[in-house]
Amino acid sequence: MKLLEVKNLKKRYKNKEVLKDISFDMDKTETLVVIGPSGTGKSTMLKCINRLVEPDGGQILLNGQDVIKARRIEKIRQRIGMVFQEFNLFNHLTVLDNVRIGPLKVKKLQKSVATELAMENLRKVGLASEAKSYPAQLSGGQKQRVGIARALAMEPDLIMFDEPTSALDPELIGEVLEVMRKLALDGMTMLIVTHEMGFVREIADRIIFMENGEIVESGTPEKIFNAPEKERTHQFLNQFTKFWREK
Amino acid sequence: MEFFLSSMSVILRGTGVTVKLTVTSLFLGAIIAVFVALAQVYGKWWLNFIATAYERVLRSIPILIIMFMIFFGLPTFGIRFDPFIAAVISLGLRSSAYQSQIFRGALLAVSEGQIMAARSLGMTGVQTFFHISFPQAVRFSIAPMTNEFTIVLKDTSIAYALGVTELLREGTYIVSTTYEPLLIYSMCAAIYFVITFGTNKFVSIMEKGFAIPGYEVRGVERG
Repeated sequence: MKLLEVKNLKKRYKNKEVLKDISFDMDKTETLVVIGPSGTGKSTMLKCINRLVEPDGGQILLNGQDVIKARRIEKIRQRIGMVFQEFNLFNHLTVLDNVRIGPLKVKKLQKSVATELAMENLRKVGLASEAKSYPAQLSGGQKQRVGIARALAMEPDLIMFDEPTSALDPELIGEVLEVMRKLALDGMTMLIVTHEMGFVREIADRIIFMENGEIVESGTPEKIFNAPEKERTHQFLNQFTKFWREK
Repeated sequence: MEFFLSSMSVILRGTGVTVKLTVTSLFLGAIIAVFVALAQVYGKWWLNFIATAYERVLRSIPILIIMFMIFFGLPTFGIRFDPFIAAVISLGLRSSAYQSQIFRGALLAVSEGQIMAARSLGMTGVQTFFHISFPQAVRFSIAPMTNEFTIVLKDTSIAYALGVTELLREGTYIVSTTYEPLLIYSMCAAIYFVITFGTNKFVSIMEKGFAIPGYEVRGVERG
């Protein structure tokens, strides 16, 4: 059984069709990266998967369980971690509490157990020493690593990353990518939206190229980067290489 | 000197009533305000409509008319309050309209992203409110509440009109026996000033105590 199956996913905002007919699936431990121009519905697609945005049609199965028809979506969201572009840490809570609040309040684990779990995940992202700090005292890269620890502490089946480095200063991107790289090696199932093409090439098991609410093409990094079938994919990737050449 | 001391004790008695009036009105107002703000921020359109109508109407009527309606008007339906209670209800209702807007703004100042993050962890709407929105909104409300406190404190003097023996009325009694209006009213004014000034100081200390470390820009999300 596939870990995640998305079939004919549709979403429209008023007159604009944001997601036209998205279908793909993911295996356990797979790293699937979604690339494509801005405003093509990549972020909306992620939010439809845990229904932070309600889809208009289609089917989503997590381990065979229907996400769209689920009565208690909260139960399913516990199993899908999410890391946001803007970090979205809880400003009034310490780093430790940011990571601990999910296991403690949602999973209702004992405080000592939740604390241990939170500390373990903070160690994983290299921030155990900042446990008592508040988000506003951290750098962007540190904030995002806390965001990742917060998602990990729920011990989800899948983590979705919505442009996790787009709000970061260039010198802070590396530390976040490093954590993600480690997660991939640990066998975490990850669905990533990003524009970091070098990273995509290195980390992705499979790539989806999306444009205008549709999947244009998908395949392994070798295929997408070296021999894309569609002209549009080639043009899109070319922008990046041209950009680098000009630099 | 003796005159001064005896006047002072009467005035302090009035001050006690004024403070009681202020605190109970603000408290009543705060409780109603939370519900009005909740209805405006999270309520269905009709709940939002009712809350907004309540808030607009109460903000548009002079406090003296609210007091007269409650104290002199309601007995028409057989509902009678003593002057103190009538004053508390009037000041409380009016303050609830203003406090609801303070709290509404504070709730809206908690970024959408944090709400989304809480939901993504699997929190219910109620959990998100109590663990994420409310604790931050209360902090955002502290500073603007100082202002509301000052307004309610000063407006308790209008309870004079219902015969509540608060600070101003006690002062007026003394004036009627001593014929020293400037001195006595100045003393009353000084007391209002001291309470306002002291409270503002106290609140700003409290605000620092409750401040989120590193988070100085109130209500503005920083990247």
